[in-house]
Amino acid sequence: MNDWIKVAQLDEIPALGARTVTMDTMTIAVFRNSKDDVFALKDECPHKKGPLSQGIVHGTTVTCPLHNWKIELDTGEAVAPDKGCAHAFDAKVEAGIVYIKAR
Amino acid sequence: MKNLVVIGNGMAGMRTVEELLKLDPEKYNITVFGDEPYGNYNRIMLSPVLANEKTIADIMLNEEQWYLDNKITLHKGVRVSEIDRIQKKVIAEDGTTAPYDRLLITTGSLSFMLPLTGANKQGVIGFRDVADVDTMLTAAKQYKKAVIIGGGLLGLEAANGLMKQGMEVTVVHLLDALMERQLDKPASKMLKSALEAKGMKFLMEYATEEILGDARVTGLRFKNGETIEADLVVMAVGIKPNFELAQKAGLHCERGVVVSDTLQTFDPNIYAVGECVQHRGLTYGLVAPLFEMAKVAANHLAEIGIARYEGSVTSTLLKVTGIDLFSAGDFSGDDNTEELVLHDAASGTYKKLVLNDNKVIGCVLYGDTVDGTWYFQLLKEATDVSDFRKNILFGQAHLGDSGHGDEDRVALLPDNAEICGCNGITKCQIVDAISEKKLFTLEEVQAHTKASSSCGSCTGLVESLLAHTLGSDFETAPSKKGMCSCTEHSHEDVRGVMRKEGLKTQEAIRATLNWKTEDGCAACRMAINYYLLCEYPGYDDPQSRFINERAHGNIQKDGSYSVVPRMFGGMCTADQLRTIADVSDKYEVPEMKVTGGQRIDLFGIKKETLPLVWKDLSDAGFVSGHAYGKAMRTVKTCVGDTWCRMGTQNSTRLGVKLEELTWGSWMPHKFKLAVSGCPRNCAEATIKDIGVVCVDSGYELHVAGNGGIKVRVTDFLTKVATEEEVLEWTGAYCQLYREDAIYLERTAPWVERVGLQKIKDALEDEAQRQILHQRFLESQKYAQIDPWKAIADGDKAHEFQTIKVTG
Ligand code: SRM
Ligand SMILES: Cc1cc2nc3c(=O)[nH]c(=O)nc-3n(C[C@H](O)[C@H](O)[C@H](O)COP(=O)(O)OP(=O)(O)OC[C@H]3O[C@@H](n4cnc5c(N)ncnc54)[C@H](O)[C@@H]3O)c2cc1C
Ligand code: SF4
Ligand code: FES
Repeated sequence: MNDWIKVAQLDEIPALGARTVTMDTMTIAVFRNSKDDVFALKDECPHKKGPLSQGIVHGTTVTCPLHNWKIELDTGEAVAPDKGCAHAFDAKVEAGIVYIKAR
Repeated sequence: MKNLVVIGNGMAGMRTVEELLKLDPEKYNITVFGDEPYGNYNRIMLSPVLANEKTIADIMLNEEQWYLDNKITLHKGVRVSEIDRIQKKVIAEDGTTAPYDRLLITTGSLSFMLPLTGANKQGVIGFRDVADVDTMLTAAKQYKKAVIIGGGLLGLEAANGLMKQGMEVTVVHLLDALMERQLDKPASKMLKSALEAKGMKFLMEYATEEILGDARVTGLRFKNGETIEADLVVMAVGIKPNFELAQKAGLHCERGVVVSDTLQTFDPNIYAVGECVQHRGLTYGLVAPLFEMAKVAANHLAEIGIARYEGSVTSTLLKVTGIDLFSAGDFSGDDNTEELVLHDAASGTYKKLVLNDNKVIGCVLYGDTVDGTWYFQLLKEATDVSDFRKNILFGQAHLGDSGHGDEDRVALLPDNAEICGCNGITKCQIVDAISEKKLFTLEEVQAHTKASSSCGSCTGLVESLLAHTLGSDFETAPSKKGMCSCTEHSHEDVRGVMRKEGLKTQEAIRATLNWKTEDGCAACRMAINYYLLCEYPGYDDPQSRFINERAHGNIQKDGSYSVVPRMFGGMCTADQLRTIADVSDKYEVPEMKVTGGQRIDLFGIKKETLPLVWKDLSDAGFVSGHAYGKAMRTVKTCVGDTWCRMGTQNSTRLGVKLEELTWGSWMPHKFKLAVSGCPRNCAEATIKDIGVVCVDSGYELHVAGNGGIKVRVTDFLTKVATEEEVLEWTGAYCQLYREDAIYLERTAPWVERVGLQKIKDALEDEAQRQILHQRFLESQKYAQIDPWKAIADGDKAHEFQTIKVTG
């Protein structure tokens, strides 16, 4: 996936929410925040693999549903004092369509 | 950028700067003058430094690098000698000047030195700063005998430290009891014996007349003519606010720099916080109030301008290792107050609570201080304790928390004792984090160690550890905590403003109250969503709900969900069981279990399968069991008089009716009911949020029980004669709880906080009870739309599906 891959219409992703996208065997969480920016992370929390797609989105972070770690949506880094990193993808919206690409 | 100049590099000053940087790091060019030659350190830890338990490096709060990182100009070792209010600049002794737009005075206080003949001799000092501690450490190496004048908190900490340094120490005290401002006579006596056992000597009711010696002190003479030898004299008779500089600049001063509720002096460009100020007639000598002041001053310096400082109630703890002592409020009482006392000389414990009109107004604890934070909280909240005053002295945990046995005296616990059972965090890990990472609040300890961040049952222990490690109550239990790091406003404030201003959305609330974050965070969004939907039935913002409530199932560790269909009152039919069995086969449910709530749980269901499972269940008449929600959960019932030879009433029928009334209701926390057919109580009604115990003549209603983390037996609310009355009281009680409790406060802590009496007063009034019940019924019209059916049949089901792409 070195090229942009079309995943969905923007309005299929709830604002301040996420949808899961599966590709081969990997599940990717595609997030949309309150400013309609989109982000994509592998759907696995660096802590204990919690599904980040199911967390609460605020600003440019998501709070993991299992043990409340906060993860930066653009980099996948855990917010201090927690340490760890979720795999991040590039994501963009063009003409109302959401695309993702490997970094 | 405007210029902010801070005079005084102490605890209050730098705390204000830290708070300001959090609010608006770009607002000011900050310049700090401090006449001590270091960065900013934790003054209260000077006692442990003196006692060899800590080093100066351990107690630094902000090293010089911190000033550089935050672009703060620090003039260390430089004393400000003048404030020029006309030209708005400060002038230091070394000639440095700095112009200001805003000035912050935080000059702290000075040790009060008795004006005795000879008080200026070498070896006579106060106990205030690193220099004093250095003097004491040097003296301890060369000399033998130390005398401390003053048997208060500071004096005893100095005495203990010097003893640890190998000196012979005598404490001279004017009165007949130590720490008379914090302790009553019995506690004071216990303290004295304990210190004597450690080797400290006392001269009680001795007044010093003169300090003897040539250049250096050699002894003291007392008013009664006796003398004592001394190589070092520490005066610890009190502090005096250091406001000379402010007064010279023409600012209004009395016993301190006089400030308003916004911490402004009479010159609106000049703020003052800390021990140097006088607020509403009071001066303070502990850090907790200074931190509260710092928050408010920062808020105004950042020109947010909404916070007010309204004074503080303080509590005290003595930092002498091995001695547990806590005191708060008015502990001496008068003719209108009552005293509750528990005194066990053999085990060395003493507890006294002073009550006025059934509210705690003061407290002294010696030996066992673990409940100090709890009593202090009751004091600050002015909780009516009538309903648990019988047991109050035994402490909050007298019924035992699950997960950490009966540990109580934190100070005596071994280092490897597990404090947080959920995350496996030991005492030593917490204590190390507090000292190494300079943590001050419960929230910080939670963030750094994870202790007390899961089930919360160890919160009391962690707070005690904080208090013990830091030496004071700090901010462990402010009476009104900020909701989360997005705001300083408490839950009560937010809800109050929402109601008063009629705010109807999350955005409106955040805008009105100047939230620091645009979208809030997981914590405040969930709370506000609840407050809004409780106030305006029908309101809901799914994206502000925890995943369990969004996906209407409990998320499992592998990301799958569980499904618990409602079985009213635990009753079921063969058809219902068959449907569950069929669903289980059809969707290959990996595991099933009968829950503790008398119904069946289907585990391991993938998110995309949920709507299908729900569809089959709702076609057969099932609705959601809300096993995942901060909501009404279950009504547990026993057999009842239909079959049981002991039954007095039809407990199953009543249980079903109660569940039909209450199911679907969103609550501040989970809510469980039970109905037992007789006092044998097979449905365990006396550990439920509402428990009904049937008796021959009617129904007893019990409330505020809890069978979870902290087992709590219910309080008796009332007894009624008919099922209809049970339903009306239940609806009204639910609604009162929904409207009054803080989000995530279960009925047990809620009732303990507000007092059962308040609840009885509201519900015993028939008219008010009916109004509450009606409001509950109104909200149920919106809440009893089954979410499973709504999603399975509606347009949201697609959000449960994953999008498949190839790449
Ligand atoms: C399924 C069940 C255990 C079982 O197999 O029996 C269960 C499972 C969970 N309980 Fe429970 N509790 C279950 C009955 C109980 C009971 C017993 C009862 O209700 O009779 C209690 C003690 C009674 C009480 O609540 O006072 C109980 C006290 C707790 C607590 C502590 C609550 C408290 O206020 O102290 C929590 C934690 C919380 O709510 O914050 C909790 C939390 C949980 C959670 C939701 C943990 C979580 O946050 O994810 C568990 C979900 C497991 C999962 O993977 O689905 N569970 N839980 C029971 C479901 C009952 C039902 O039909 O709805
Ligand atoms: C040994 C000891 C133990 C204590 N234990 C406890 C405890 O257990 N719990 C508790 O709550 N409190 C305790 N306290 C009290 C607590 O330390 C103080 O309440 C707190 O430090 C006051 O903060 P402040 O910023 O107002 O003053 P300070 O921390 O004293 O800061 C004022 C600073 O301003 C500097 N300064 C003054 N004038 C000038 C000037 N003209 N120019 C430049 N700089 C100037 C001073 O040198 C000082 O560094 C203890 C205090 C001591 C000394
Ligand atoms: S079901 Fe309850 S007791 Fe069991 S592990 Fe989960 S939360 Fe703990
Ligand atoms: S798995 Fe995400 S916080 Fe634990």
